[in-house]
Amino acid sequence: MKLTNLKALNEARADGKSVMLFSNVDTGEETLLIDGEGSGEVEVTLAIKEAATRAHNEDKGRLVEIDSQRLFIQVFNPARRLVIVGAVHIAQPLIPMARLAGYDVTVIDPRGAWATPERFPGIEIDRRWPDEALEDIKPDSRTAIVTLTHDPKLDDPALMTALKSSAFYIGALGGKKTAGKRAERLTEAGFSTTDFARIRGPVGLDIGAISPAEIAVSIVGQITETLHRPERATA
Amino acid sequence: MTDAQMIDHDDILERAAAWKEVGDSVALATVVSTWGSSPRPVGSRLAIKGDGQFIGSVSGGCIEGAVVTEALEAMEDGKTRILDFGVTDEMAWEVGLACGGKISIFVERLN
Repeated sequence: MKLTNLKALNEARADGKSVMLFSNVDTGEETLLIDGEGSGEVEVTLAIKEAATRAHNEDKGRLVEIDSQRLFIQVFNPARRLVIVGAVHIAQPLIPMARLAGYDVTVIDPRGAWATPERFPGIEIDRRWPDEALEDIKPDSRTAIVTLTHDPKLDDPALMTALKSSAFYIGALGGKKTAGKRAERLTEAGFSTTDFARIRGPVGLDIGAISPAEIAVSIVGQITETLHRPERATA
Repeated sequence: MTDAQMIDHDDILERAAAWKEVGDSVALATVVSTWGSSPRPVGSRLAIKGDGQFIGSVSGGCIEGAVVTEALEAMEDGKTRILDFGVTDEMAWEVGLACGGKISIFVERLN
């Protein structure tokens, strides 16, 4: 590997960019792609591009044999993101747990009394309204969103923005009754049954969680299940 | 590949670049494929320095020695290598694994 490529790779990763590296394992020739752009000694043909897209989506490198060359495709995706709406009690254990599971965590709460440094030491809380903040955050297929406020004024705009995104997980705190009323409001706002079927609520796996920490475990568990066993994780 | 492992990688690749920049010979060894119950997933890696020092891991510890030897040779001749290892049940027992597996490792010099 070339030192120049390694340094560019390290820099791009530090900047949160998506990086792919193609190495010919017999010749040592390589091509580095940063956010899909780049060039090198390995020509990225259509067949290589297809294998690369699969590797990228599965977040998993692989050795492939294409165009009679043995290529090692490596994927360096930025960390997945978790956006928590509501600087509430459950958010306190959820933040470190999600970080341990590898997520970059953002907390949104415009209410000053909740989003205090005493309650969330060392955490920067986005004080904008959830829809405005989420439009800026631009959730993608590597983003999970959880609403925890119990307040439709905050949860609804967050969920409506979330539903317009490709977030892989959308969860909303609140019992069945709350979920039912929310479904009515979302229908009025023009969302379909398929849309709000994407919302996991009551949030979290059904493991009898009671304390905020236990609920956080159930949420991280459900996000993980949705990520790795999407076929099982239907609402 | 989990993010935790990728954070792990970050550090190994940063260190590899830093070693090279101060003039050390450096090679990288990366798991490219696995079969059965192999201890570390694809993308796990070692960075090896000219004096035989290394960081990271490509197995539970059973093949690192052999990989380092090959890496030192790659530093000499500049050729890439694919190393295939079968982790036997016996070896697997030694490193605390329940059963055997197979693993392929790509070794390359940092130029």
